[in-house]
Amino acid sequence: MNPIALARVTRRLFAAALLGTAVSAHAQLAIEITGAGANQIPVAITEFGGDAGTSRALTSVIRSDLERSGLFRLVNANGVAMTETTAVDYAGWKSTGADALAAGSLGGSADGRLEARFRLYDINRQGNLGGAIYTTAVPQLRAAGHRIADYIYEKLTGEKGVFSTRIAYVYKTGGRYELRIADSDGQNAQTALASREPIISPAWSPDGSRIAYVSFENKKPIVFVHSLASGGRQVVANFKGSNSAPAWSPDGSRLAIVLTKDGSSQIYTLAASGGGLTRLTTSAGIDTEPQFSADGGTIYFTSDRGGSPQIYRVSSRGGAVERVTFEGSYNVSPRPSPDGRSLAFITRRDGRFQLAVMDLQSRQVQTLSDSSGRDESPSFAPNSRMIVLATEAGGRGVLSAVSIDGRIRQRLSVPAGDIREPAWGPFLK
Amino acid sequence: MKKFASFVVLSLLLALTACVTPGDPETGGAPVETRDPNADVTRVEVPNPNGANLPAILTSGVLAQRSIYFALDRYDVAEDYRGLLTAHAKFLVENRNFKVLIQGNTDERGSHEYNLSLGQKRAEAVKQILLLLGAREEQVEAVSLGEEKPRAEGHDESAWAQNRRADILYSGEF
Repeated sequence: MNPIALARVTRRLFAAALLGTAVSAHAQLAIEITGAGANQIPVAITEFGGDAGTSRALTSVIRSDLERSGLFRLVNANGVAMTETTAVDYAGWKSTGADALAAGSLGGSADGRLEARFRLYDINRQGNLGGAIYTTAVPQLRAAGHRIADYIYEKLTGEKGVFSTRIAYVYKTGGRYELRIADSDGQNAQTALASREPIISPAWSPDGSRIAYVSFENKKPIVFVHSLASGGRQVVANFKGSNSAPAWSPDGSRLAIVLTKDGSSQIYTLAASGGGLTRLTTSAGIDTEPQFSADGGTIYFTSDRGGSPQIYRVSSRGGAVERVTFEGSYNVSPRPSPDGRSLAFITRRDGRFQLAVMDLQSRQVQTLSDSSGRDESPSFAPNSRMIVLATEAGGRGVLSAVSIDGRIRQRLSVPAGDIREPAWGPFLK
Repeated sequence: MKKFASFVVLSLLLALTACVTPGDPETGGAPVETRDPNADVTRVEVPNPNGANLPAILTSGVLAQRSIYFALDRYDVAEDYRGLLTAHAKFLVENRNFKVLIQGNTDERGSHEYNLSLGQKRAEAVKQILLLLGAREEQVEAVSLGEEKPRAEGHDESAWAQNRRADILYSGEF
């Protein structure tokens, strides 16, 4: 691949209104990207065959996804229309500087839906990298675009893409709170829960069908598990005192939560359906923010047992507790990465709250500083490459997504109101 | 536990369809069903709570004073609040059918969940004093609202000082 030295790139992408999509009542998130990967792969996405308007809508989703990742540079396809069956002019495409090329078509399926076909080519090796067919209803065309972008991303980078995943967050405006679920590009936001009282700490079930969260609708924090499709809500923890900080075990069977029924905040586990309550930690002070490691064997948490809030870990079956962070006097919100290699957390340095990432093998810590100094609530993308977090810009709550090497940043904001408490959902099954 | 009424505003539009490995257009593989998972998200509204109906003694005089303020990074109750808490404890001793909910609060700086635990320490400190003064365990519940319900919305020390607080709510108010 051509290493492209790119100076700081800033651009704004506003998603094109898509054919067949009614104007949403919700303000959509706007995305601003700064920075770029060190080695951007030049890729051309041709105009797909089929209805020109629908095709443009689809290819714009694919192009926006790839560009937003910071790992690709889009090569202008000069409006070339090319389907997955067209013979590839490798020499011609090589002269444009493209290393990869995607071509395809949109057609009607037998049951009146759309069928998106595409194929990916390696221009330098003059080879076929594979292709796929996705069927979809017209209003869900974006979903097909995200799937195609994921396919291209995985073929060209060797890692799974996260364009078709979703992000949950809390939107606050004028004393109203909404738990929203949006596509990873901020589009297509749907409200799962609307309330006059705060909602915090949303956590996706590993299968993506449910979200656990803390709601204050009954004058105190109570933990719910909410099924997204049915809207059904189950109270899983409403003990005397406060109930908070739900985290799913990787197999989805149990939740780690924080209760104060025995005095100060302590960590317990219970069945995701409620019941089977087991106390995990015992300290005189605060133990909170439990998070399971990807293999389910370890629980990371925040504790003030050493005099200041620091991150510790313990076997998910209990036992000896080991301190993980040592630098500074305020290290909170531990988030082990899905690949098990690193730990993201929030550290306070000189009164500024910043995202930090620790390599769990070497214990080296890198601070991924952000201008606001108000970083909170980090959440890993399921491929461990990006971290989304809540921060502040212009006095309002916005989301920021940063690559684990700190090179690529995206900022997601809404025109009015605050967004906070992001949780990046799992890969789609 | 109160009952949580919730009602569904939108209904399910589409049925779930399983996904398989992507088909290859050249080899004639099966197409993959692609759906927008968000097409399935159902909107739920939490209903607004009803207002309280308290006896007059709790809404005037010393018992109408319900807030205890805390210094920065402090979780112990200042001496100034002795009279106020003695009056509330006396009321609870004389009215065993009444319960209180103590809500602890913090300023906005730091982790939401860690602040929830810090607010709990403030509520717990007030609870322990009420118990020492004769209130019963079953009459007093200490909970935390953390940084989530600021009384003052500002982002400076004067706002933060108002938000480092515990509030006493009586039966009917929670």
